Amino acid sequence: MIPWERVGDSVTTKMDRQEAAVLRGLIGQIGEMLKSRQDASPQDELAELTGIRTGPTTAPDDPILSRLLPDFHRLDGDEPVTDADQDSAAALRSLHEPDLLDLKTGVAAVVLETCPANGGLVKLSLEQADAWLSAVNDVRLALGTTLGVTEDMPDELPDDDPRARSLGVYHWLTWLQESLIAALAGDEL
Amino acid sequence: MSTPVEQEKSQPESIGSELFAEDKPWQTIVWNDPVNLMSYVTYVFQKLFGFSREQATKLMLDVHHKGRAIVSSGSKDKCEADVAKLHAAGLWATMQHES
Repeated sequence: MIPWERVGDSVTTKMDRQEAAVLRGLIGQIGEMLKSRQDASPQDELAELTGIRTGPTTAPDDPILSRLLPDFHRLDGDEPVTDADQDSAAALRSLHEPDLLDLKTGVAAVVLETCPANGGLVKLSLEQADAWLSAVNDVRLALGTTLGVTEDMPDELPDDDPRARSLGVYHWLTWLQESLIAALAGDEL
Repeated sequence: MSTPVEQEKSQPESIGSELFAEDKPWQTIVWNDPVNLMSYVTYVFQKLFGFSREQATKLMLDVHHKGRAIVSSGSKDKCEADVAKLHAAGLWATMQHES
């Protein structure tokens, strides 16, 4: 893959077949996880009548989904959590999670539409580029959660470490994201 | 992109028994996490809040060094909307009453 380049109102890069396959595979996996959460949302007649969707009131058990769909209040900090905080967090999750899931599956779909399955030229509008930033970030959050990434994560792990390959992919996605931000920020901001 | 966001004044949202609670402005907090890139957090702050690069960078460094930063304040609705936008971008954000 070559660094992203801004040309007018678009950004471009080239990816080889394997890079495209890895990216599309991970984006697809996260999309499936988000979709399973969507499918688990409560359905009720009132929601169907009013068109007001309600999501679950509690955070996902899965640590990846839980990181992608955070609470609106800090429930795990140093401060004591009141019943009012708990109730409010439940209400806000139920209210906002359906939209958040739509946005996240939406940006994942943009990547799958614009990243050629066999690699090659990738050309994005600025709007599509922002979708890529969000979607790639979601994949990094997911991998980071699985790998237990810390601020001082090493660049490489020993070859016999089962996390070595995933960490390589994580660092590659970090590079992809940094490069895309640099291309976007260079002219626009 | 570099127009500073206007400082919102807190307005009581309803009159009645909730007045004093509602009068207290809310704050949107972004917390440090080991995955989100410094460049990405700065980009998101500029994009979502219209901060200049300098303002956005200062807030990002606060998140990085102090573990958290207040990125907006005002009515409950405003902070709720801001937290929702930050979650869509993948940042770890919460809201709380100003203490």
